Amino acid sequence: MSIRVGEAAEAASFPSAARALLANTQLRHNVRHATDVIRAKRAAVVGELPDWQELRASAHAIKRHTLGHLDYYLEQFEAACTRSGGQVHWACDADEANEIIINIIRSHQEKEVIKVKTMTSDETRLNAALEAAGITPYETDLADLIIQLGRDRPSHIVVPALHRNRMEIRQIFLERMGLRELGNGPEDLTNAARRYLREKFLRVKVGISGANFAIAETGSICVVESEGNGRMCISLPRVLITLVGIEKVIPRFSDLEVFLQLLPRSATGERMNPYNSIWNGVAQGDGPEEFHVVLLDNGRTQVLADSESRDTLDCIRCGACLNACPVYRQTGGHAYGSIYAGPIGAILTPQLQDMQHSASLPYASSLCGACYEVCPVKINIPEILIHLRGRVVENGDSALSERVAMKGARFALSTASHLSSFQALARMAQRAFLRNGVIRSLPGLLAGWSETRDLPPIPKESFRDWWAKRNDGARAK
Amino acid sequence: MLISLFVTCYNDTLFPNTGKAVVRVLERLGHTVEFREAQTCCGQMHYNTGYQRDAYALMLHFMKAFGNAKVICVPSSSCVAMIRDHFPKMAARARDIELSRQVSELIPRVFEFTELLCDELHVTDVGAYFPHAVTYHPSCHGLRSLNLADKPLQLLRHVEGLSLVELGNADQCCGFGGTFSIKNPEVSAAMLADKARCVLNTGAEVCTATDNSCLMQIGGSLSRQKAGMRCLHIAEILAAEARDVP
Amino acid sequence: MSAKHEILRRIRSCLESSRPDRDSDYAAIPRAYRHASQLDLGSRVDLFEQRLREYGAAVYRCRTDSIQETIAYVLAARNKAQLVNAAAVPAHWLPSSPYSFTPDKGLTYEELDASEGVLTSCTLAIALTGTIIMRHTPSEGRRALGLIPDYHLCIVAAAQVVETVPEAIRNIENPGLVTTISGPSATADIEMTRIKGVHGPRSLDVVIVSDS
Repeated sequence: MSIRVGEAAEAASFPSAARALLANTQLRHNVRHATDVIRAKRAAVVGELPDWQELRASAHAIKRHTLGHLDYYLEQFEAACTRSGGQVHWACDADEANEIIINIIRSHQEKEVIKVKTMTSDETRLNAALEAAGITPYETDLADLIIQLGRDRPSHIVVPALHRNRMEIRQIFLERMGLRELGNGPEDLTNAARRYLREKFLRVKVGISGANFAIAETGSICVVESEGNGRMCISLPRVLITLVGIEKVIPRFSDLEVFLQLLPRSATGERMNPYNSIWNGVAQGDGPEEFHVVLLDNGRTQVLADSESRDTLDCIRCGACLNACPVYRQTGGHAYGSIYAGPIGAILTPQLQDMQHSASLPYASSLCGACYEVCPVKINIPEILIHLRGRVVENGDSALSERVAMKGARFALSTASHLSSFQALARMAQRAFLRNGVIRSLPGLLAGWSETRDLPPIPKESFRDWWAKRNDGARAK
Repeated sequence: MLISLFVTCYNDTLFPNTGKAVVRVLERLGHTVEFREAQTCCGQMHYNTGYQRDAYALMLHFMKAFGNAKVICVPSSSCVAMIRDHFPKMAARARDIELSRQVSELIPRVFEFTELLCDELHVTDVGAYFPHAVTYHPSCHGLRSLNLADKPLQLLRHVEGLSLVELGNADQCCGFGGTFSIKNPEVSAAMLADKARCVLNTGAEVCTATDNSCLMQIGGSLSRQKAGMRCLHIAEILAAEARDVP
Repeated sequence: MSAKHEILRRIRSCLESSRPDRDSDYAAIPRAYRHASQLDLGSRVDLFEQRLREYGAAVYRCRTDSIQETIAYVLAARNKAQLVNAAAVPAHWLPSSPYSFTPDKGLTYEELDASEGVLTSCTLAIALTGTIIMRHTPSEGRRALGLIPDYHLCIVAAAQVVETVPEAIRNIENPGLVTTISGPSATADIEMTRIKGVHGPRSLDVVIVSDS
């Protein structure tokens, strides 16, 4: 069984990755600027809709309902897709999905594919598998192109190259597209990308896409995009392969009326993104002659199994939680060591891997709740983070020093007399750390605090001491 | 009215003046305050860190201490959020129907301090005098879980002599997050740097909030920077009187 | 066991044994969001035009009896004379010399790429979001037609303009191929600014045709 979330299993823990990234001032500036801009845009277009909360409630309910009957809807999708001329494959894990896709391409003796952005293929590490099989994948999303050419990693679900500014992108294009010169305006960059990719769009015979939504009723796939590369990849090649996580299913075509309002406003702060493509099966004289859908599990049924965190699968990959997160704002996406970063990444990544890896991610949050506020499908991310922290502890994956400290704290808090004793003890112990009425440095687990913060001294008299004295005084009167 | 004070474990130990201030304000308004000595902690730290069994035990202790209290006042919005949002879940998970019933009966009687003043005692002018420039930081739990909205601001606006300065990017988390500040201290410090900068930019003399956890975080930075600005819990501002001024 | 059976087995083992009836569960989904139009036709069309302009599309209005002149006018403004068009676009729409129109009866991708632009009709439009919806009927053309050329001239009948997204979606029965277009091609990938000009047509002109 090879369930994979990109390279998350090998990634450094969040605290250590974050520590290193915090020193990168260019990155932090880029991330801050980008998330500020998109947060403001989102707020503006969301503010225009008087029924935003009603849309969120419906979306949440639709997703919950679908997951509650997922077996039925997947089979309904398969039947409808097959009826319209598509071929449906099922893949339990990453390797199976990659193998199915490679076999389809091999059966046509093709050596090149054009790809629309699909994070699901990053999960399975499809590109590496294709290259190993002698097939060259061309990423056609501008950001994914920037990442591919820059030999980099994505740092955001919607805007993967958010950590790069214009100058850095220009440098990457100059070097890797073999250009002699390149202007530094944004349109110079998009023109370069357009020229570089156009000949591939018109020539390459196999396209690979993901799906934002898979509609059970009609067997349709819906791809939401801005640049037009999606339209190119799904309508120009002779063979189209669409890789879809099983949680992307929605029951009916009409349910799109909810999601097509929530997704563009949440993801890019627009009333509607430039292009949506919807198709089912094969159409005579228009587009691919052969269409394959690969339905992917790769750990999703594991997430489904935990009813307290199952809502994680409601996610429509809008990225709004990343933009709202004050932690993401400081570190950017690479700190999470996963293609799924930010709040959703912190709950999805470890769960897909059955909590075997990425156990530091549920702790990469101050539980401020900003993510839940903006999530268009109302995933209660803070709640799920806490639940997953519980699973980490139950699995025995927390540090011994932490377990000891928490046991000690529970003992101290278990009765009033324990608490009083603990307060007296702490007052005595602090004398070693008090300098001029302030605690400047702390030992052990607490050292991180005092690196950048003072701590006030523990007062000589606790509240309960004061109350007891006051009462005695009152009684004496 | 008889009001039972749940001072919270960290206020009891580190910020007793906040508890004293709550008592002063409520007595000034003519109410009687009781302090049940058996009280310790709501279990939030354990619960949020994933030690939910320990939190459950602490919840049971809380229920025993406060079971029949009519009105409970809590000068900490995160502790109220813990009780409101998570006590029912812990009771349900334990499949203890009697406990669930007790919890659901208790919750409507638990109030964060500014909630108590505005919603239960229907007072926004508590007769305070605090002639200083003050900025208010909305703690995340107060903002998003309790929907305190502008209750604290209404109370501050009625304090004589107080000039309120608006905090920029107010809804950004200060970076405390309980054990988050210990497990991810650098990121916590980075978040705090942004918050401290916004606080200092107000030019106010005092930064206030409903939670001493945030104020400990913010104040810790202001103190380290020797920035010349201090933090004070809102209860202590509301408790301040003309006769306090030297 | 096939992957399909394994996945379905896993799913069924996760879900509660007593599940609510699916149809009534679906019917119980709350749908308190806005469905219907609040604007009259004239206001809808005005809003549609405004939204298109915000995206950087050029918008023209004309009456049914002057489509031909308007297309000529639009092309002159763009300095274009030779377009390809969806084969079933009405012949009486097409202005004659110096303008020429090649119907798409199997043009190659290279021929489409070399053309100056494409003329199509559409199925529906959404005022609130400035969206054109195509179902790729013969007068709209296959998907490659409206995609490869650098310039798209789209004729929208005023009566095709609805106000809200739900209205538009519900107007699409038996969906096969559907493309929604909201402005010219753009990206937000560079410093979060919406920049025009990636892969789809970089210029979009819309002519809104009404009876009055």
